[in-house]
Amino acid sequence: MINSLKEQIHKVKKYQFLFSELVKRDFKKKYKRTVLGMFWSVLSPLMQLAVMAIVFTKFFGHNTEHYIIYLFSGNLVFSFFKEATNGGMHALMQNANIIKNINVPKYLFMISKEVSACINFGLTLIIYFLFVAIDGIPFSFKFLTLLYPIACLLIFNIGVGFILSAMFVVFKDVQYLYEIFTQLLMYVSAIFYNINVYPEKIQLIFLANPVYSYIAYFRSVVLNGVIPPLWHHLLCLGYALIMLVTGMIIYKKNNYKFMYYI
Amino acid sequence: MKKIELNNISVSYITGDFATAGLKDIIIQKLKGTYVKKEFLALQGITFSLEQGELLGIVGTNGAGKSTLCKVISGIMRPTAGTMSVKGSIASLLELGTGFDPDLTVKENAFLRGALLGYTREFMNNTYEDIIEFAELKEFEDRKFSHLSSGMKSRLAFSIACLVNPEILILDEVLSVGDGAFRKKSEEKMLEVIQGGATTILVSHSLAQIRRMATKVLWIEKGKQIDFGETEEICDKYEEYLNNRDAKKRK
Repeated sequence: MINSLKEQIHKVKKYQFLFSELVKRDFKKKYKRTVLGMFWSVLSPLMQLAVMAIVFTKFFGHNTEHYIIYLFSGNLVFSFFKEATNGGMHALMQNANIIKNINVPKYLFMISKEVSACINFGLTLIIYFLFVAIDGIPFSFKFLTLLYPIACLLIFNIGVGFILSAMFVVFKDVQYLYEIFTQLLMYVSAIFYNINVYPEKIQLIFLANPVYSYIAYFRSVVLNGVIPPLWHHLLCLGYALIMLVTGMIIYKKNNYKFMYYI
Repeated sequence: MKKIELNNISVSYITGDFATAGLKDIIIQKLKGTYVKKEFLALQGITFSLEQGELLGIVGTNGAGKSTLCKVISGIMRPTAGTMSVKGSIASLLELGTGFDPDLTVKENAFLRGALLGYTREFMNNTYEDIIEFAELKEFEDRKFSHLSSGMKSRLAFSIACLVNPEILILDEVLSVGDGAFRKKSEEKMLEVIQGGATTILVSHSLAQIRRMATKVLWIEKGKQIDFGETEEICDKYEEYLNNRDAKKRK
């Protein structure tokens, strides 16, 4: 047990350099040849936010305070989830040529995508707090607890990435299925509407959606200044760990087969 | 000490399931009861072993399974049947161009490729200058990789690859890159590594090269092992086979 742990640590050290090079590559490639470069990672959620704010404020905004921030919180978390999992899904196929010819752990490609999505998320997060300040919400030390759902979401994304990348190699239809799935998931994640119009029991059902549980954490801390109760923390962590473990099992069971399909 | 040992190694590719046929066809075939999992045997029953310091040449016509065999020994691919043991650090240079990204600069690509080959950051920082000197590409280091000519690309690839100091070296058709002068330089460099005591596997279509360098030869054809043994003996047989085949074609 200790030996295998040592081996793992040695492995991590060995591939640290490769990992950082891969993250750099993914990040550089994404905005290469564009005029605005990195600004796109900030601009695209902002544009989405602008359109949603214009369209929805009239319909859903009147019973929600700080509706823009409410909207932004949902969008921020959901975009991170969407970008990271989509990137993870394609990571193996995009690097098929490398995987076919060099013996490196394949999951590195997937995790490097997750990390570059995380950097993007970080940039958007700065803009988010700028909006929070402009909207007149006072900053508090409680905001630091947001690191918790972010960490959980990162683990959750890695888990989903494992599952999707493994499925995508053998089964290309997954990309279209997943597109529809994320679309639907967005509508049930209460991004632009407020679930307090529903009775309380139904409100609880929304928490069965992991992405919503992370969004709810954000809103609770930023909009209400309340750190969610312990069970909410456990829920966030639980989703993340279940997804990660499931993902790792599926990935481990299938990863040597990828070579026959790529 | 046996460095590499393969026992009855087989590899089969699966064709005609989800990956190639799509979900719709599979469901229809399953409903009709005509679904069969098709397999393509890329390698079957490969058995040989190598001592430390030996150089194995692998010969065979196109599609014989040479590259697949290299992938199995490198650990990239898991054999579907058979057992094997490979002891020691492996450097396998299968396709030199792998991992290069056309959008990044030459320098960025050198680091990325180095990382893929398992070099450390310090090692790359220290040897980057040597690499770019050896490849004769100093003035191009900040240019985009896609602006290089294909000869320059292989020169860079080879220069990064030849710095390795492994116990087992696997070379798949990589000793013939660049123009005449560079080819000579690269073969010398590779020989240095091989003579340093590495156990080497060399795939080449040049029989002259195999005769010159190999201590053992493995001949495979359509995935099957035809023969394994001493260099001269197998090379003669293989040459005769090639001549016969050509003669038949001419008729």
